[in-house]
Amino acid sequence: MLHVGSLEKVRLNINGHNRWVTIKASERLIDVLRNRLGYTGCKPGCLNGDCGACTVLVDGVPMKSCMMLAPQVVGKAITTIEGLEGTDVQKAFIEHNAFQCGYCTPGFIMNIEGLLAKHRHADEAIIEDWLQSNICRCTSYQEMKAAIQDVLHKRDQNHEELE
Amino acid sequence: MAMEYYRPTTIKEALQLYQQLSYAGKNPAYMSGGTEIVTLSRFHLFQAASLIDLTHIPETRVHDVDGNHLVLGASLTLNEISEKNGFPLLAVTASRVADHTTRNHITLGGNISGKIIYKEAILPLLVSDSLLLIASFEGLKTVPIHAVFHKEPHLSPGEWVVQVLTEKNAVDRPFFSVKKRKIDVIDYPLLTLTAIKVDGKLRVAISGLCDFPFRSVAMEQVLNDPSRPVSARIIEALKVIPGDVRNDWIASAEYRRFVLQTTLEEMYAALGGM
Amino acid sequence: MLANIEAMMTLPSHKSLEEPSFLNHFSVHALPLEARWERLVIVISHVFKHTHLMTLFFWQKRVMRVEWVGQNVIRKDAWDKVTGRAKFAADTMTMDTLFAALVTSPYAHAKILQVDVSQAEAVPGVIKVVTGEDIDILVGEGIRDRPILAKDKVRYYGEPIAVVIADSPDTARLAAPFVKAAFLPLPVVNSPQEAIQAQAPLVHEHLDTYYTPKHLRPIPGTNIAHHVKIRKGEADKKLPSCPVIYESRVSFPPSDHCAMETRTATVEIRPDGTVCVESSSQVPFIIKSLFSELFDIPQDKIVVTTPLVGGGYGGKSAVQLEFIAYIASRAVGGQKVMLTNRREEDFVTSPVHIGLDATVTIGCDDTGRFIAMKISYLFDGGAYSDKAVDICRAAAIDCTGPYRVDHVFCDAYCLYTNHPYPTAFRGFGHPELTYAVERCIDGLAEKLAMDPTVLRKKNLIQPGDTTPTQSLLNKSRIGNLTACLEKVKALIRWDEGDRIETENHTIRAKGVSCFWKTSNIGPNVSSGALLVFNKDGTVHLDCGVVEIGTGSRSVLAQIAAERLGIDVKDIHVDMTIKTTTTPEHYKTVASRGLWMAGRAVLRAADDALSQLFQIASQVLRVSPDDLRAEGGFIFYKHEPRKRLSFRELAHGYRYPNGNTIGGQVIGRGSFVLPKLTFLDPDTGKGDPGPDWTVGAEAVEVEFNPKDDTYKILRAACVIDAGTIINPMYAEGQVRGGMHMGLSFASREGFVFTKDGIVMNNQFRTYKVLRYGENPEYLVDFVQTPSMETAYGLRGIGEHGVIGMPAALAASLSKASGVFINELPIIPELIWRLKRGR
Repeated sequence: MLHVGSLEKVRLNINGHNRWVTIKASERLIDVLRNRLGYTGCKPGCLNGDCGACTVLVDGVPMKSCMMLAPQVVGKAITTIEGLEGTDVQKAFIEHNAFQCGYCTPGFIMNIEGLLAKHRHADEAIIEDWLQSNICRCTSYQEMKAAIQDVLHKRDQNHEELE
Repeated sequence: MAMEYYRPTTIKEALQLYQQLSYAGKNPAYMSGGTEIVTLSRFHLFQAASLIDLTHIPETRVHDVDGNHLVLGASLTLNEISEKNGFPLLAVTASRVADHTTRNHITLGGNISGKIIYKEAILPLLVSDSLLLIASFEGLKTVPIHAVFHKEPHLSPGEWVVQVLTEKNAVDRPFFSVKKRKIDVIDYPLLTLTAIKVDGKLRVAISGLCDFPFRSVAMEQVLNDPSRPVSARIIEALKVIPGDVRNDWIASAEYRRFVLQTTLEEMYAALGGM
Repeated sequence: MLANIEAMMTLPSHKSLEEPSFLNHFSVHALPLEARWERLVIVISHVFKHTHLMTLFFWQKRVMRVEWVGQNVIRKDAWDKVTGRAKFAADTMTMDTLFAALVTSPYAHAKILQVDVSQAEAVPGVIKVVTGEDIDILVGEGIRDRPILAKDKVRYYGEPIAVVIADSPDTARLAAPFVKAAFLPLPVVNSPQEAIQAQAPLVHEHLDTYYTPKHLRPIPGTNIAHHVKIRKGEADKKLPSCPVIYESRVSFPPSDHCAMETRTATVEIRPDGTVCVESSSQVPFIIKSLFSELFDIPQDKIVVTTPLVGGGYGGKSAVQLEFIAYIASRAVGGQKVMLTNRREEDFVTSPVHIGLDATVTIGCDDTGRFIAMKISYLFDGGAYSDKAVDICRAAAIDCTGPYRVDHVFCDAYCLYTNHPYPTAFRGFGHPELTYAVERCIDGLAEKLAMDPTVLRKKNLIQPGDTTPTQSLLNKSRIGNLTACLEKVKALIRWDEGDRIETENHTIRAKGVSCFWKTSNIGPNVSSGALLVFNKDGTVHLDCGVVEIGTGSRSVLAQIAAERLGIDVKDIHVDMTIKTTTTPEHYKTVASRGLWMAGRAVLRAADDALSQLFQIASQVLRVSPDDLRAEGGFIFYKHEPRKRLSFRELAHGYRYPNGNTIGGQVIGRGSFVLPKLTFLDPDTGKGDPGPDWTVGAEAVEVEFNPKDDTYKILRAACVIDAGTIINPMYAEGQVRGGMHMGLSFASREGFVFTKDGIVMNNQFRTYKVLRYGENPEYLVDFVQTPSMETAYGLRGIGEHGVIGMPAALAASLSKASGVFINELPIIPELIWRLKRGR
């Protein structure tokens, strides 16, 4: 049985690295990531689970880091936007003007990374269902849609080439 | 506020922890997905000195058929239930709760045991006469959902839901499930209505209309009354709503009744009016 | 040539005076690749005709050069933003930072009996609690009517009454509820309509004691913060005798900007008195001047830093948290204090989007030609007048919408209420006035049994007409709205019918709206730019335009690259503004970023070029006006092989023996909008802005008459954008604006209890459009170049939002058969209107 005391040093696996960090058991994951470890890519848009700006991957699954207590992720693999290095999604976001102020962008990108890892050929219904978890206030979403379609299209092309 | 976190891996361990922490004055609370605990804590509305995370107990992660029953562990997330689709009515109804990412947090057990008034995942269980496997200090017990759930779950301190069991033939019945919102795709329901037909009779459970989810015998009697045309049954059904229709800034009671009326019409159109 | 630089800037489009005329063909903006090759062939064939072979190589090279105006150059902050490395104001925490949390009012209007901070100060980790009693000044951009923390009474739900300073954000938050305040509730002014009643409770009892700038006219003893009068022609005489008269009223509540980044301010007061402010702000330079005026600090002792801003939309053009953080820092000996809004506070405590109650009457002749308009705007100015008074003026200035009306009578009132107070919102009074006017035009069209687009077209304002403030328009100032309307009709397929019943028993319907907007930023505001050269010939561009998401700082680099004739990659743009070194740009508002800073950048580029020419002319021993810049080189025009690279000149030219002439090249430019005037207080006559950006928008919905639900299928917008510098970002701005307008119109707006309490101050309850709820957006442009701007561009950042509420209401009115005059348009509203309630 795992026990995390009210203030305790734990090991978190973040972006493939083991990070030892002292946390309070009552502390939210977002606060540990931002304030104790400097992963400021996850954004506190609402801290209420409504906007998705703080989305990270936990064992590959998109989760809202403001809606989790840090002890819940002990033993799990966390990926933040800082853990991505020039993915197709990131490139497509740039090419299709899928962000403006950039504040919601890490959350959207992490959600899309989770989506495309699970659904290699996501259809529009699945994409909508997943992306409705996040809020963007600058773009019209049409740009993001184009970016995702582009990634899927290129993926299909690469797949065909391999065959 | 000092708080401690415990992650037991067996049912027994969880129960023992609860007892020990209670005796030690550490005011324990069970946690599953944790969304409600985190949300309420923001406004100092949740008090507990220790949390017992139930999601790492293998029995709560089961998704399996056991004899005559489909067994769903209480720690399955709503997305896991929707994706596995072992219980299509529940899969669909659960897939409309909150938003997709949040459904990676919310569990079946959490949704039906929480403080939230909507508890939409319970509606399919109510119409399907599901059973709950409950862990208590006296041991495990299997009880009909109707024995435990009336407006909200009535569990003794220390008790918690381990699994939900639903008869195999109940999970594949033709169903109707719809969620009506004020306007947005992500919102609490004006009403969520699920219905199935058993032996030619409609069973209906509704959330959002009143301050609690319900399945009403009186309403089902009216809705199944063969002596009246469907339109008259709907009018009668509106008269036997088992509580005050919510009347707030999100929607007026009058409008909510209108939405119920159109939804019942859609239900008859989908499942047949007899 | 140097003498020509100023003259060139007023040319309508990018034409270099000394270029051979055939290069005019070489305008590859946004052309498909095949078309570009066609142009290239034309250019090369001209080259053969007009030049001798010696220079052919040079011209070919020139043809291959990218022209930066009109290109989709990727913004400079792109990679930082997709990798999470972009730093916003709350992302940088230092070890020496203390954290503040607000205590806010649970009442909309109440007397403060007592604020007891003792329990909160006893919480371990709390350093200090500051209340309104500790501060004795009032603030406000115009009328100084607002205490930094409420004193004596609270005037809106969510108003800050105290600030807790602690050693961690959590501790500050935890301690805030322990500040115990006692209140005596007062009667609430819950709408502008209530506010204007003679017997209304007063929001401010001592209006006469406030500092008030001359141009504002609050009326003591009432809730009127400002009253703007527009009197053009003889509307009161002409209107009653018009053959056809139509009157309509609209209203909608205050709403919110909902920038995804909540506001943050950090303040430190150094031992020498220097005040350092870091803020997520659209107005770092206004923070500087307000701090100087209000706290009597010399401007050189104020350092305001603004990094990337996570969305503004006008909401971050108000100065509020900065004052509170300053007071907090002062209370703890000048230590650094960071104050970040929770989302709940960002919704209501910080300024909001204004609400309106408006009545419009149009009189026209039998053919639909407008004769007179009478307009009453009652703006919900909220508890404090801050920018609301200016929004009220902006709406009055353009009160008729983009139509020719010879007789105009408009009273615009800014009224105090017990609601959260407004600040600028994208469009600054224009989405609001447009909703009022366009709904009336639709009602009039129905009365006349005319196609609403035909009625509009008949009355569109044209060059030669005058505005409500009697500004005379020309083609440069007003552009071509008729072309916009025609184009938008084609995009939305207006002619297939604006109401079609489908086989699924739904109704597809369309609505249209025109709009215009000028800026209202005052006649004396400045924008500056610096181009600082590195030794290798690359350039650092700095200017005061805040990067709030529009990409303006990057697009300005395109303008600089175009003028300097270098690769845009060789221009570095830092995204952080520091008011001690960054040239001032008044405010990043009003779609004036490229408009004003574009001119400043051109001047800075020309200044830099003249310095380069000066050095090069000595080295090459030719006159400076025989030189030209191209591709990072200064050429002797008549013998292009004689050239010097920017690298050789940027920090002075060094001769082989070590002698050096010139020094670091630093181009500087600044720009002020010319020829603007104050408005006449009795008639409104005057020149408020340099030009009007115009456009037309349309919406198509699918409506289900059974349950009054609807889906927005398509939305179209055509703007006269002048020359477009970066098509991808221009379209993105317009789509984003349209999207915000539809979100506002369909679902946004605060819900108040009868006691003035806001019920929806979270995204859980205050809803905005999500992915997939958006329609298909169709954006196109008309391009009538402005004569006054860099390369003929026009401001377009706000405009997409303006016509959307009116177009949505028009389409749903058409579909449902009821006249929709409220917002937001939720199904329950249509359901209620259909039942006559």
